[in-house]
Amino acid sequence: MKDILKKVTESQVWKSVFRHGYADETKNRMLQIRSNVFLHLHPFKMPRHAFKIRFTWCMGGVTFFLFLIEVITGLLLMFYYRPVTEYAYLDMKFLEFDVPFGIILRNIHRWGAHAMVATVMVHMLRVFLTGSYKPPREFNWVVGVILLVLTLLLSFTGYLLPWDQLAFWAITVGSNMARATPILGHEGPFAIVDKYNDVRFALLGGTDVGASALLRFYVLHIMLLPLVAIILMAVHFWRIRKDGGISRPL
Amino acid sequence: MNETKCCCDDGSAKGISRRQLLSLAGWGAFFTTLGVSLLGTVRFLFPRVLFEPPLTFKIGLPEDFKSDEKADGHNVLFVSEKWKDSQRVWIVREKDKIYAMFTRCTHLGCTPNWFPEDGIFKCPCHGSQYYSNGVNFAGPAPRPLDRFAVTISDDGQILVDKSKLYSIKEFDDPNSYIKV
Ligand code: HEM
Ligand code: FES
Repeated sequence: MKDILKKVTESQVWKSVFRHGYADETKNRMLQIRSNVFLHLHPFKMPRHAFKIRFTWCMGGVTFFLFLIEVITGLLLMFYYRPVTEYAYLDMKFLEFDVPFGIILRNIHRWGAHAMVATVMVHMLRVFLTGSYKPPREFNWVVGVILLVLTLLLSFTGYLLPWDQLAFWAITVGSNMARATPILGHEGPFAIVDKYNDVRFALLGGTDVGASALLRFYVLHIMLLPLVAIILMAVHFWRIRKDGGISRPL
Repeated sequence: MNETKCCCDDGSAKGISRRQLLSLAGWGAFFTTLGVSLLGTVRFLFPRVLFEPPLTFKIGLPEDFKSDEKADGHNVLFVSEKWKDSQRVWIVREKDKIYAMFTRCTHLGCTPNWFPEDGIFKCPCHGSQYYSNGVNFAGPAPRPLDRFAVTISDDGQILVDKSKLYSIKEFDDPNSYIKV
């Protein structure tokens, strides 16, 4: 057994992937982190206070965890869901009532989204209460605000996809607010556009919630918004490290 | 200190060196391309053809909207739901006029329901309520239901034009109703 293990861990394949073993010494630990594209966002040493759950509430961490869950479950849902008016509702029903484990998958995705909105807000609250937004972390606060908006937009765009009554009217109401956008909304103050070229039209791809709105929301929901969110999360985590790690209790 | 100036800074007579010119041209081309692509992308989001139902439709002759029913407290004889599903329009017959009411709640755009027994509209979203003539009396709705332009077309039928919308202040406009 030991021999096999040794053979494997000393093979060229293994070594080409894992360069630095598990030796628990400062230099090796640093190399482990530094040479890993994912881990290098992290510091290689964590100060003890960073693990104090009573200080961080781990709400940022939980938000990230939920985001990963959404990515995985969402990807699986995409195997059955078609974003066209003829099929969207039926595919949702199909997932719910016939596809094996579809119902749990769909519910994890839905509840995960709700939970993520909650945890991101609690995370913001704890950053505020602990004063962690103060210099040098003010840039990360701004990145965080954008991440909050992205989280809400992800929920909003995902809400339309089941194409049921709730979805349709929620997005009708939600997108009608865009009519009142100053300058760029056709019913807003100082409007310079009409209903065929205002922001609401750009969002819906039409003058009402219809087939093009469904497709646009789908593209935003599964591609554009997650992509931007992933990039900003990388910046967010990188900046925590660069701003001197998690802030500490006074 | 003038002697130590870099050769690039005092290159040509016009005070711009070859290197600066090339850099300017390069960045200029870059940002022009970027800007034009950006404008193109924004334009891309607004298609030329919309696959939405046509904005005008005929509902029949004014004589078709006769009724022996008694008018309610708001002069309304009846509300027709015939075009609600297909066109989002209610046809309302008042004692002396006919008009086409948009089935869009003036709060945030849901479709209210018509309750003939009570003679009122109720919105399922946030509870706005309207009388049979579309005037709001409860809930967050800020104004009565809007009306579409109606005219008599060449063949004598009533033509509803959904591209023109009238709200409360314009209900006197002769195009917002048909006199009968
Ligand atoms: C998608 C949403 C977000 C994710 C996944 C996320 C993730 C994280 C994680 C994992 C941390 C490490 C500390 C912790 O777990 O509490 C953190 C820290 C931080 N977050 Fe977020 N976050 C998000 C949104 C926000 C928002 C909305 C704000 C505020 C506007 C914000 C501001 C910050 C700041 C300033 C820090 C540094 C805190 C410190 O050093 O104590 N983040 N974030
Ligand atoms: S949309 Fe009708 S009450 Fe809000």
